[in-house]
Amino acid sequence: MMLDIYDFYDKMERNNIMLSFKGDITSELLTSILQIMESKLDNLQEEPKIKKKVYNVLVECLQNLYHHMDEVAPEQNDKIRSAIFMIGKLDNQYNIITGNYIKNENVSGLKKRLEDINLLTKEELKEYYKAVLNNGEMSLKGGGGLGMIDIARKTGEKLNFNFAPVDDTFSFFTLNIKISQ
Amino acid sequence: METISIEGTPKTPTITFDTGKGFLEIKGRSIPENSIEFYKPLVDWLEKYAAKPQAATNVNIQLEYFNTSSSKCILDVFKKLEAINKGGSQVVINWYYEEDDEDMLEAGEDYQAIINVPFKMVQVEE
Repeated sequence: MMLDIYDFYDKMERNNIMLSFKGDITSELLTSILQIMESKLDNLQEEPKIKKKVYNVLVECLQNLYHHMDEVAPEQNDKIRSAIFMIGKLDNQYNIITGNYIKNENVSGLKKRLEDINLLTKEELKEYYKAVLNNGEMSLKGGGGLGMIDIARKTGEKLNFNFAPVDDTFSFFTLNIKISQ
Repeated sequence: METISIEGTPKTPTITFDTGKGFLEIKGRSIPENSIEFYKPLVDWLEKYAAKPQAATNVNIQLEYFNTSSSKCILDVFKKLEAINKGGSQVVINWYYEEDDEDMLEAGEDYQAIINVPFKMVQVEE
């Protein structure tokens, strides 16, 4: 089946997608994406405050994908190691969308974690962040579970997520982050 | 006594540690994927310095961006400084943030609440 490129283009255009990527997430790729996005934000002459927020949240979203790749599927085929990332700006709101495969057995744990974060007020998020920061635990790569809390804190929005069942082993996890001005 | 330094990159900060003057500076961006590896040398130097610190230790933290992966490592650095402060060197941490960068100010306040070392919040112009 041929992909309808115009339809694809039109959807991206209507959602004002500034950059999108699908494939394996490597450290070099993240460096490039961040450089491109930084110059785009400069060209848009965003206020430093907004620019920093978008950049910070972008770093966390992309590094989530990066660490997740390693952890879920070093032995898997390219399809499963692949992820999708998009960033767009519509009506003065930035949207960052990420999607990646997740093992079914990990769905309920992540879902619970995200739901718990969504229940917290701004002040509670601050306290939770400090507690996790100071709990002495560190994942191998250093994340230690702070990423999602930080995103919720910096955006001041609920985490918007979805798990779509794929097969007996995997689901597809999507996260849609909004950053309003 | 020596000066130890790590040159910055687009993802990692410039670190200068002048052990003779008791001066440590971390400046730039700290967004590496693997921050434990990056911060390990600094944590080791602080460990050594703690054995024979200067009477006063001044620390400048001037970060433009840092990721959550770095935040735990920065806390580890601060915990070393807390021990040095307890051990007789008067430590001051100067936390720089740009005017309007509330997130960076809040991040400094988070550390201030956890670490028992005098913090100075220093606002700089954009």
